[in-house]
Amino acid sequence: MKTMTLAESLATVPFFEGMPQKYLDFISGCAHNVSFKKSEFLLFEGKSADAFYVIRHGQVALEVEAGNKTAVIQTVGEGQVVGWSWLVPPYTWHYDARAVTPVSALSFNAVCVRQKCEDDPAFGYEMFQHLTQLIVQRLMATRIQLIDVYQ
Amino acid sequence: MIATASNPRVAHPMTPVLGHVRQRWMETDDTFTLELDVERSAPFSFRPGQFNMLYVFGVGEIPISISGNPDTPEVLTHTTREVGIVTRAMRQLEVGDVLGVRGPFGSAWPAEAAEERDVVVIAGGIGLAPLRPVLYHLVAHRERYRRVVLLYGARTPEDILYQDEVREWSSYLDVEVHVTVDRATRRWHGNVGVITTLIPRAPFDPKNALAMICGPEVMMHFTVQELHRRGVRSDQIYVSMERNMQCALGLCGHCQYGPSFVCKDGPVYRFDAIEPLFSVREL
Ligand SMILES: Cc1cc2nc3c(=O)[nH]c(=O)nc-3n(C[C@H](O)[C@H](O)[C@H](O)COP(=O)(O)OP(=O)(O)OC[C@H]3O[C@@H](n4cnc5c(N)ncnc54)[C@H](O)[C@@H]3O)c2cc1C
Repeated sequence: MKTMTLAESLATVPFFEGMPQKYLDFISGCAHNVSFKKSEFLLFEGKSADAFYVIRHGQVALEVEAGNKTAVIQTVGEGQVVGWSWLVPPYTWHYDARAVTPVSALSFNAVCVRQKCEDDPAFGYEMFQHLTQLIVQRLMATRIQLIDVYQ
Repeated sequence: MIATASNPRVAHPMTPVLGHVRQRWMETDDTFTLELDVERSAPFSFRPGQFNMLYVFGVGEIPISISGNPDTPEVLTHTTREVGIVTRAMRQLEVGDVLGVRGPFGSAWPAEAAEERDVVVIAGGIGLAPLRPVLYHLVAHRERYRRVVLLYGARTPEDILYQDEVREWSSYLDVEVHVTVDRATRRWHGNVGVITTLIPRAPFDPKNALAMICGPEVMMHFTVQELHRRGVRSDQIYVSMERNMQCALGLCGHCQYGPSFVCKDGPVYRFDAIEPLFSVREL
């Protein structure tokens, strides 16, 4: 059985759907495989946003401290992306992300991706289009969540 | 069966029969289930999705879906959320108390049209109650269907209805159950996010699927949008509509919905039949 290259496996991730292969090859240079144990943190609120993740297996909870308890604002699973604070200054996380189950993911080095966006604006534009779609989807989901649809 | 002058033994559909509360229990903080023994002269049966008119004597009569098992229709089960005057009075009923019951009324979930297809059942909040009979049916006749998927959204983990059954269905290898809540603390290990976020990842073939949705209208609105985005057509989607009702016979006009009456043409509609009306706020 032939094993998939990183760039080939990126093509199967919904976030990268439609991205030309040459860009997948390009960005895969910034990625490596990581894994997290159950309850381990992928990122912490306020800390430097130096990476983002595409979840391959498992589930991650995005959490905020609300008073003296921790509220889970969303869970993110297979094929989904965790983190976009690396995109805009001051490049710090706005929430914690914790592995609810054992998680395997692709970790993208944010400095590397930002540099590639600077170096090749066409790639940067493509990347931002994908990210904007993701952000709009999350914003829509959050709005629906806010209107309390089960009431 | 409807009463006729030539068949005086069958109750007139405007005349309630007596239902004795056999058991009652709370499902969540504001939602309760009543099991009724009904005094009937003929055997009772219903199709999943149908409802009864329940009359709390001296207070009022309201439509409530039948949420029990269609294979054991002699146990009449209703799950109700307390929202106002009649539902509050109904919650206070004790074992042995009596209600008026008329029904069953209305259209049913398309259990037969769903055979040989992937079936996606999507429930929001109390919307799981009107869908539970069809879930019982799908599980009991599992071999007739391809994939069976339940997507269920509730506000918080405490608002999840029928927790034991949802857990049991999740344990079946041939039923896919995904539950999500809007708000949770760390004690909850499941999904957090609105129900629409489950749809892109749910395992079904959009070309051959049939979706059944029940929940508040706003939830159904966004759910249909997401199903469309996934490639499910309006004629593959069924929704259950709620409107205030009185006669439940299509006579009084209280539940008029565009050109139809929810009590007899609904509550279950194929979505393409009501699509033009669906986004209209006031009709
Ligand atoms: C076909 C059909 C099947 C139904 N099945 C069920 C069921 O299985 N379980 C169940 O709990 N309910 C069900 N309902 C809804 C139920 O009939 C109403 O909640 C009930 O009529 C409210 O009566 P009430 O006197 O307690 O409230 P009211 O005093 O009439 O209303 C009090 C407040 O509740 C609001 N309200 C009224 N109806 C609803 C509603 N449907 N949803 C949310 N808020 C409402 C009103 O706007 C008002 O603000 C069904 C409705 C229909 C049409």
